[in-house]
Amino acid sequence: MDFTLKIWRQENATARGRFETYSVSGISPDCSFLEMLDLLNQQLIDKVAVPICFDHDCREGICGACSLYINGRPHGPDSGVTACQLHMRKFKDKDTIIVEPWRARPFPIIRDLVVDRSAFDKIIQAGGYISVSTGGVPDANTIPVPHADAETAMDAAACIGCGACVAACKNASAMLFVAAKVSQFALLPQGKLEARQRAINMVAEMDALGFGNCTNTGACEAECPKQISISHIARLNREFLKAKMG
Amino acid sequence: MTKLDPRIPAGPLAEKWTQYKASQKLVNPANKRKLDIIVVGTGLAGASAAASLGELGFNVKAFCYQDSPRRAHSIAAQGGINAAKNYPNDGDSVYRLYYDTIKGGDYRAREANVYRLAEVSGNIIDQCVAQGVPFAREYGGLLDNRSFGGAQVSRTFYARGQTGQQLLLGAYSAMMRQVKSGKVKLFPRTEMLDLVIIDGKARGIITRNLVTGKIERHFGHAVVLATGGYGRAFFLSTNAMGSNGSAAWQVYKRGACYANPAFVQIHPTCIPVHGDYQSKLTLMSESLRNDGRIWVPARKEDAEALRNGTMKPQDIAEEDRDYYLERRYPAFGNLVPRDVASRAAKERCDAGFGVGSGRAVYLDFKDSINRLGKHVIEERYGNLFQMYEKIVDENPYESPMMIYPAIHYCMGGLWVDYELMTTIPGLFAIGECNFSDHGANRLGASALMQGLADGYFILPYTIQNYLAADILTPRIPVTHDAFASTEDQVRERLNKLLQVKGKQSVDQLHRKFGHRLWDWVGMARNREGLMHAINEFAQLHEEFWSDVRIPGGMDEMNPELEKASRVADFIETGELMARDALQREESCGGHFRDEFQTPEGEATRNDDGFMFVSAWEYAGPGKEPVLNKEPLVYENIKVQTRNYKI
Repeated sequence: MDFTLKIWRQENATARGRFETYSVSGISPDCSFLEMLDLLNQQLIDKVAVPICFDHDCREGICGACSLYINGRPHGPDSGVTACQLHMRKFKDKDTIIVEPWRARPFPIIRDLVVDRSAFDKIIQAGGYISVSTGGVPDANTIPVPHADAETAMDAAACIGCGACVAACKNASAMLFVAAKVSQFALLPQGKLEARQRAINMVAEMDALGFGNCTNTGACEAECPKQISISHIARLNREFLKAKMG
Repeated sequence: MTKLDPRIPAGPLAEKWTQYKASQKLVNPANKRKLDIIVVGTGLAGASAAASLGELGFNVKAFCYQDSPRRAHSIAAQGGINAAKNYPNDGDSVYRLYYDTIKGGDYRAREANVYRLAEVSGNIIDQCVAQGVPFAREYGGLLDNRSFGGAQVSRTFYARGQTGQQLLLGAYSAMMRQVKSGKVKLFPRTEMLDLVIIDGKARGIITRNLVTGKIERHFGHAVVLATGGYGRAFFLSTNAMGSNGSAAWQVYKRGACYANPAFVQIHPTCIPVHGDYQSKLTLMSESLRNDGRIWVPARKEDAEALRNGTMKPQDIAEEDRDYYLERRYPAFGNLVPRDVASRAAKERCDAGFGVGSGRAVYLDFKDSINRLGKHVIEERYGNLFQMYEKIVDENPYESPMMIYPAIHYCMGGLWVDYELMTTIPGLFAIGECNFSDHGANRLGASALMQGLADGYFILPYTIQNYLAADILTPRIPVTHDAFASTEDQVRERLNKLLQVKGKQSVDQLHRKFGHRLWDWVGMARNREGLMHAINEFAQLHEEFWSDVRIPGGMDEMNPELEKASRVADFIETGELMARDALQREESCGGHFRDEFQTPEGEATRNDDGFMFVSAWEYAGPGKEPVLNKEPLVYENIKVQTRNYKI
């Protein structure tokens, strides 16, 4: 297959960026999107040009490193996958493909397609944990957890922290990311004790970092590679309201 | 020669750890505040260690090359974590988990370390549940267990197919709580490039900031490596693209012994290689072998027809299928340990019975679907089947999956004593980057157990026994000569790489080397091949340093430079792997020498000659490394031949 690629290039955080056009040919339909970028980078290195920087690591959809905005959608046209799990068979031969970094003020560009997502780590620092230290905890089976609650908590816990929800949101809101963590812990007896304060602290941090608010468009759920439901945002809102009302 | 002293406490096996804890030195809270500890790597071992050390009151600096510590490759572990909880009342115990681990490791692991691992395994589950890890539960609300990787008891706890992710997020959250409290300082997108030694003790590291390219110096009273394995040396593996063995290699060159580098695990159930553009291999959880049956055609002509597409697997009649694991190992069948299953697949493919590209076998769920119904299989493996379909574009409910072994885990690593300290005082190694617990073959669901055992429950004790003598040592300023000269060496090496300005990209050279490593030091090794490999790797080393092309410079984000530095280390590590495989004239666990097998093709271990840990010592550039041996003594288990037939 042959493709024309329009890719965002930007030398560093302060440089002015631009789209560059490249072409690749003879790509196998079984090639992954990132492997296609590897082939393009090889072409660039062969020409002694500077290869394109993009975040990637596990290449099996779990580390959450890859963060490409492909043809106007986070992680590209397939649903329920990350960019590293996207295969070229999902495109048509001779397609023009536009590749951009995540676009959100709290995720500043570092270089080319690489953005700084340390804001997510800061949100977790604000309360995305249960306050237990190593040792001195009860036996794991002391507190039964209803099967359904454990399953719903796991649905939320599946978040890989990639930031697609923020990239998809017109407000650059991190509500789905925050909600996934708040909801996971609020559903479990171990996390309930701090549930309200956690909601307050994480939302405050999210606001302080410049993420926007939620206007219920549902774009985050539609683009989440782990298909995390916005019903977790409803649970976050409940925890938040309960906390505010004391 | 280094004198290897494993420092195993005296006394009966079951009391060693208790005795150790009762008599070790501790550091009081006021002194903990004066001590700095560097932790490199934020996977299960690193994150759990950083969190626990921070909670104790030490000042921790945690480093990772990823943009967030949450992305360390522990996150990709699917199947589960073992613990001797005996919740199902099926006869498990600390002793049995210890026994299975030693036997599964083919009697090449250290007894005392393994027993301690089994002992603390239960605490890990308690800890993770308290952190909010959403393990699978039964309808009564208690934790669910499954049997995994051929164990005769159900001791594996799991969180769907994402156990590694959930455990890592638990450890990451605990660490982030300490970041908030100020006890842990995070350095993401930062790579360790060398170890600083002052007066014979590990006292710091030199790093490169991967965003700005800035070379930086960091002091620590002790340094802990939790940097994972060297599996990506093979280019194609299930490891992440950035996983590397460089930190371990740097400290080896500074005097730490490297143990059993030949012991690498090849996982039997990965999606086969499908093209030369491929960058990595994807693992399909071993749990699939609980319900899938592995086969190839019994007739070569059928295999050929399947390879060229004139037949489909469904066309092969039941009597023309060779369920070779069930045939060779009636007692364990499809659930034989990983090393055995991998070798058997290679044997069939080498003999011309492979399907797909010729390097694949079938994993078939037809019988299970007929027996249990499609919905049960979907409930158990739905996410894995979906992942397979996304990658291969074939529906595994209708057509059998194709699988082939791939490099997955390194049992070998830095030599450590009972306290997890390397041969460099003050330098510790935990998790996959040490060697001690898995011998020559790791059992499924034991990597997560070891990483968290080391980080939560072992290192936080043992490191204090070392640091207790250091409470009067003030922080050494990074202006010290040792920091300056080590930094100079790091700069010189990077500049040398950039100056080569050759013709081949890092990936091209890595791919070339990785394929050779797979050919000569992969699933089957022999004397001639290994001798050849040692020579060839020396040539590839030369070729790398004279023909690599790295665009860009040092003072900027430059992934090509990062990769180049790692691949240069992989090539040297590969040579040591070949040397180790050559000296070990036996077959054991993941290490299979063609010359040492029974007429039926089973591994022949040589306990008289090789019941030792090989600990290699660096002797300088271009010089042959020195082999030290730590004899292995088994006082509490009868050493026997592994038998999965009856």
